[in-house]
Amino acid sequence: MKRAMGYCLVSIANLFLLTGCNLVVFNPKGQVATDERDLIILATGLMLLVVVPVIVLTFVFAYRYRATNKKARYSPRWASSYPIEAVVWGVPLLIIIALGWVTWETTHALDPYRPLESETPPINVQVVATDWKWLFIYPDLGIASVNELALPVHTPVSFTITSDAAMTSFFIPALGGQIYAMAGMQTKLHLIANETGEFRGIAANYNGAGFSDMHFATLSLSPADFKTWVTKVKGAATPLDQARYAQLAKPTIRHPVTYYSTVQERLFLDIVDQYEGMNKARKPKRDQAPLNGAQSSVTGTRTDQHPSLLAEEQ
Amino acid sequence: MFGKLSWDAIPTTEPIVMYTLAVVGLIGVAMLGTITWKRKWGYLWREWFTSVDHKKIGCMYIIVALVMLLRGFSDAIMMRTQQAMAASGGPGYLPPEHYDQIFTAHGVIMIFFMAMPFVVGLMNIVVPLQIGARDVAYPFLNALSFWLFVVGAALVNISLGVGEFARTGWVAYPPLSGLAYSPGVGVDYYIWSLQISGIGTLLTGVNFFVTILKMRTEGMTLFKMPVFTWNALCTSVLILAAFPILTATLLMLSLDRYLGMHFFTNEAGGNPMMYVNLIWAWGHPEVYILILPAFGVFSEIAATFSSKRLFGYVSLVWATISITVLSFIVWLHHFFTMGAGGNVNAFFGIMTMIIAVPTGVKIFTWLFTMFRGRVRFETPMLWTLGFIVTFSIGGMTGVLLAVPGADFLLHNSLFLIAHFHNVIIGGALFGYMAGLTYWFPKAFGFRLNDRLGRIAFWCWLTGFYFAFMPSYVLGFMGMTRRLNHFDNPEWRPWLLLELLGVAIILCGVAAQALQLFVSIRRRHRYRDLTGDPWDGRTLEWATSSPPPLYNFAEQPKVSDLDAYWGMKERGVSTLSHTDYRSIHMPRNTASGLVISLFTLICGFALVWHIWWMAAFGLVASVVTFVVRSYDEDTDYFVPAQEVARIEAARLKDLAEA
Repeated sequence: MKRAMGYCLVSIANLFLLTGCNLVVFNPKGQVATDERDLIILATGLMLLVVVPVIVLTFVFAYRYRATNKKARYSPRWASSYPIEAVVWGVPLLIIIALGWVTWETTHALDPYRPLESETPPINVQVVATDWKWLFIYPDLGIASVNELALPVHTPVSFTITSDAAMTSFFIPALGGQIYAMAGMQTKLHLIANETGEFRGIAANYNGAGFSDMHFATLSLSPADFKTWVTKVKGAATPLDQARYAQLAKPTIRHPVTYYSTVQERLFLDIVDQYEGMNKARKPKRDQAPLNGAQSSVTGTRTDQHPSLLAEEQ
Repeated sequence: MFGKLSWDAIPTTEPIVMYTLAVVGLIGVAMLGTITWKRKWGYLWREWFTSVDHKKIGCMYIIVALVMLLRGFSDAIMMRTQQAMAASGGPGYLPPEHYDQIFTAHGVIMIFFMAMPFVVGLMNIVVPLQIGARDVAYPFLNALSFWLFVVGAALVNISLGVGEFARTGWVAYPPLSGLAYSPGVGVDYYIWSLQISGIGTLLTGVNFFVTILKMRTEGMTLFKMPVFTWNALCTSVLILAAFPILTATLLMLSLDRYLGMHFFTNEAGGNPMMYVNLIWAWGHPEVYILILPAFGVFSEIAATFSSKRLFGYVSLVWATISITVLSFIVWLHHFFTMGAGGNVNAFFGIMTMIIAVPTGVKIFTWLFTMFRGRVRFETPMLWTLGFIVTFSIGGMTGVLLAVPGADFLLHNSLFLIAHFHNVIIGGALFGYMAGLTYWFPKAFGFRLNDRLGRIAFWCWLTGFYFAFMPSYVLGFMGMTRRLNHFDNPEWRPWLLLELLGVAIILCGVAAQALQLFVSIRRRHRYRDLTGDPWDGRTLEWATSSPPPLYNFAEQPKVSDLDAYWGMKERGVSTLSHTDYRSIHMPRNTASGLVISLFTLICGFALVWHIWWMAAFGLVASVVTFVVRSYDEDTDYFVPAQEVARIEAARLKDLAEA
């Protein structure tokens, strides 16, 4: 009996040790995810400076001043001490100032809208979340795929993301943080893969019955492999036009990986614009933007904040 | 005639639901039968259902909260079982359409129908006693608040047997909660149960705000108020400022769903982001509505069981006030991932962290209250110590989530789930349990069984760590919330560990049920004759347990911060009066109950689009309210002889004690 229990304990411990290695957050495969992981470790370390003493003091005080310990000093009226109060306000305040500074810096550095610095030119991917699958359009290559995202390694990827259904969140944990996908709107995310491999991509915000199965494979490929993948997609000989897209957008669960050899022009923008949302109102402006030098210089300071402009120019 | 309602609305094909309904039905019939058999209907009607006594209303709030805790906890058990079963690629036993309702119901019930009534119940029992008042400022309104809350709870539970509940998650983000993606009645049940109980909560906020500001006994200045009352005041302010936002937001969502408007739809210029902002502009203050009263409970308990004054009272009060203000400027941290720019995200992240400073001060305050005290490890103190350790961890992970760069990776993952259960169970719920144990003798006149209380505490504490610490790990492993099934076998051992945690908590809940049962059976043996079973410090312990209907024969005069402790030290008696005067008290009324009953009819009819019935319910409840307003016989005087008789009995009890 004892031996059986011992065996059980050992095998449970093994199970945890083995699986412990697969903490995706602590095992990043992309630069953004690496920076974000380092931030998590730094912030936690800063906070432990005050949390650990609190927990230790709780036990020490509770034990030392237990009612049965008559040797401990008892001051029932003592209820205020400026030095102690200065410390209990001051120490958390100092830590929060430090953490606040870290937050200010990293929030800007890790802003998902900020393009990544790299010598390799970025690749653009337009992402559409529909019920319940992911459509990836490669506007530069004129191809598209469903539930499979291929990326060349060491190349910055500029995602422009929208939804054609309920709101959800586009998330590849191994590569970096997530961003919401919302209908009638475009969000932006910049990621880069540091290693080749296959990573899990997920819908990280509940969006209805098919939510649990709405994940995709992210293939981080060497340049040669990526070229092969593109050729394979082009060989699919299925064009993605409005009609096919309308068919695709209907709710399905566990949609098989599908390739489209060509993509109808402006498809992504049409998907965004069909909702007559915020972008629709700006449409005339967008058309004029290239003509109007003054305007483009205003928006030019942060064109990355206006993905609609970028998408139009592609 | 009956709108969308038909026999198909009853989920006869769902065996789990039908079994549940059968069991609930049996228990219900058994209860009603027992009440009838024991001829208790008259007693219940006169003494409880029509009561406007803040103590009785408080007790009823907590009873409903405990029942709803069982319901919400059953949902939790089902979810955890499903996840443990479906962890290796299988579908589990709950299909998504059922599972999605369960996690929505779990969140809604635990926040709105367990935690809120627990908070309001404790405030009801304690606040008027602590400030030496005879009742709240508006006793009828108080009864109305309670019954409106019951209507909300009733609607949620009706949805189990008639129709369905929302499948949207507990904050019901559109467009998923809009008509296009949720055509069923689930979201309508969600809307009307929250709207109706929300009105009750808002009225409670008004009531306690006025009560605390206007009805304090002579000598109790704001800075001589007990800390629990301070927290109740700040909670009332939060309710007053935050709940109208919820009402307006849900109203706009209903206009979308009922009249085809486009506030939050994808189409026609609707903007779901607006809803997300609004719901959290209410939602973040809401979590402080839940936690501040718990902080108040811990402050009272730390001082009482350390037999020492609370350390840094003034610091603590200002910390509470600053949390109250700050809680309104942090809502965006619930959606850093919606694409706001770096400046906006950084601002809200830093604002959120700043809240950690006053919260940290509070924790140190409790620590230094123990310092140079005489700490008695009674059950309420155990909950408090368990809270300090657990909440420190939860607070830390909360600040981590407030760093936008970290949140991008951890948002919506089980790490987030672990964090907020860490602060809501380890913070708020531990506080309610501590408060329940602490004030139970005051409310009912007898103590709870001590040993079972300790067992319950240890089960809850260890169970919590088993049930939620693995969630932090699962979050790091990339597991996201609200998953019905998944194909990652690496998550399974952690999910099994969590299920074990749930089982341990179940033992704790069972111990608590047994504790209530045993304590009620032995109520004569456990009787508290002194009115001061814990050597208390504040005014509620100056009167008998349970207090007479008028609380204090003569309202006490306050000259110290720990008013009753001061009286005990100086040997001032609160009793030695012989010239009792008659006492002005509010009269019981059934109007609150009747108005709410009509509101229930209205709410149910609105869910099912039965327009004539909705109109009837609305008109009838308004008419009842108007009729009540013309009722001039709403108060009476307890004659001086009656007061003398009650006080004489109290003196006799004290002599026996």
